[in-house]
Amino acid sequence: MTGAPVKLELRELCKLFGSVVAADRVSFRVEEGELLGLLGPSGSGKTTVLRMIAGLETPSSGDIFIDGQRVNDVPVQERNIGFVFQHYALFKHMTVFDNIAFGLTVKKWGKREIAARVQELLVLLSLEGLESRYPHQLSGGQRQRVAIARALAPNPSLLLLDEPFGAVDAKVRQELREWLIRLHDDLNVTSLFVTHDQEEAMEVSNRLIVFNKGQVEQIGVPSQVYEEPATEFVARFIGVMNILEAEVKDEKVRVGPLEFSVPGEADGKRVQIGFRPYAVKLSPDPAVFRLRAVVKHVYFLGVAYRVEIETEGGVVLRSRLNKEEYREYPYQTGQKVSFAVAQFRVLPRDEALVSEH
Amino acid sequence: MLPSHPEPAKTGSGLGGAAISRGFLIAVVVGYLLVLLAGPLVAIVLEAFDQGLAPLWAALTQPDVLHAFEMTLWISLAAVLLCTLFGTVVAFVLVRQRFIGRAFLNGLVDLPFAVSPVVAGLMYILLFGQQGWFEPWLEAAGIKVIFNWPGMVLATTFVAIPFVIRELMPVLQAVGLDQEQAAHTLGASRWTTFWRVTLPSVKWGLFYGIVLTFARAMGEFGAVLVVSGGISGRTETATLFIFRALDERQQVAGTGVALVMAAFSFSILIVMELLKSRTQEAAQ
Repeated sequence: MTGAPVKLELRELCKLFGSVVAADRVSFRVEEGELLGLLGPSGSGKTTVLRMIAGLETPSSGDIFIDGQRVNDVPVQERNIGFVFQHYALFKHMTVFDNIAFGLTVKKWGKREIAARVQELLVLLSLEGLESRYPHQLSGGQRQRVAIARALAPNPSLLLLDEPFGAVDAKVRQELREWLIRLHDDLNVTSLFVTHDQEEAMEVSNRLIVFNKGQVEQIGVPSQVYEEPATEFVARFIGVMNILEAEVKDEKVRVGPLEFSVPGEADGKRVQIGFRPYAVKLSPDPAVFRLRAVVKHVYFLGVAYRVEIETEGGVVLRSRLNKEEYREYPYQTGQKVSFAVAQFRVLPRDEALVSEH
Repeated sequence: MLPSHPEPAKTGSGLGGAAISRGFLIAVVVGYLLVLLAGPLVAIVLEAFDQGLAPLWAALTQPDVLHAFEMTLWISLAAVLLCTLFGTVVAFVLVRQRFIGRAFLNGLVDLPFAVSPVVAGLMYILLFGQQGWFEPWLEAAGIKVIFNWPGMVLATTFVAIPFVIRELMPVLQAVGLDQEQAAHTLGASRWTTFWRVTLPSVKWGLFYGIVLTFARAMGEFGAVLVVSGGISGRTETATLFIFRALDERQQVAGTGVALVMAAFSFSILIVMELLKSRTQEAAQ
């Protein structure tokens, strides 16, 4: 939050499809100029929320405000929102030019203004020379860019993107992400996008809203959501996390040979201990750390390595090594190692607690 | 362009059992097409030109025949118009709306395929004819439906209405709602969206349905016979004329008109083959 004016606000927004709750008391604010990611597994309600903001879906209850105006009763045509559909939804019988110009012709712009605006967008999205092609003559990435150009043409006050990179292959995906970030930097139009890909959400958005079962689980900047997951769901959904569960005894939690001190937790309470793979420190020297384990498997991740280890008590943990660490000592399957957990969190439903081991 | 048939793969291993049975199948199909489809066509052509061109021309230009052609054309055009308007609305409602009785209505659409056209004609007589349900009102308004063109249009519409609906529904389904919703977010009203987005994206399917409707309407006989009374020079269509001509042993006139109708059907067939590839493209 930067203190910019509030562009969009949802208050206690609910949507029921028959007896299915698609959105459950969703409330959040978006400031002017934000690039916000709505992240969650499929069926978590994020797309429904996006469609309600656009006016393509009617809320069962709750309010939507754009620029301080309640827009629940404003029809989709008058909300001045740019919407980019998951499967592009380009007009197949129209050329790229006519697709981008559609919103302008509807608003009765003059011919010359339309041509100028379309040209501007063609340049902005690197679509020059494609204006007389039909959608079926374009690649997936080009189609997506036409869809974005079409949505941006009438200068929308809000840009909504539904799984914008869902239907293209991995390489084009990466390109499009960078496109979106650069475009947002250039135009500074408040944008919300829906994704189920946590990596994408982390990379692209200024702030993240994590959805699960129609509810908001956490709102925060990507690093905060990653480092301090508010709920067990967020911890499991975002990134890889080691999660161990046991009962508290004498303010301690014991799982196999591992022991975590949890001051203030009541005896007999079941808690979950979570820690990221990079918090699991390894050494080939059995004397360096107190705990012992055997390497089960080494995964090459491209930018790093993940080492799966099994402790004496049969607990399987995942450790992450960067390339330098791995080059220093290339671990082998079956090898004995010593390890320590540098940092962990008790994963609560309500309160979060950071503790050094 | 007519679809080209793929060349059957040649088997290098001589006449195996599979090759023989395949050859037999092909012979059956070719024989069937020749005897049942091409044969009659040839017969009509031969019969029509039996006495040369002049008598055929004379037969085709007699006032009764010209009037019958004219009647067929106008009745068909009127029926096509009605079928297109109502068929489009019905197809939209059936694809887009969910309501109680939708499945029943969907089944009802095919009723004209199942009901004999003669029975359909009879139903119109019961509704609009002497002592029919609507007769008192029509009588008062001075409108004559039965044994007149309005009845013929209604009967033809009844018989031909499933085509537009059945051709349009799958195309509408395939096109989906995304493009329309995109148009809405860009500020287009429902009306603008229909004309600029929906209609253009289903136009080939609709056109295909219209062509089929036209072909069906031109060829209609039973329903029109019942409601029109087949009054020569007044309510007689081309098909009714053929029937009467053969009855009255006007061989050349009958087969001549039949030839014109067959030639018309054949051109429609070609148009449809052309359209088929377009609709398949559009449905992708």
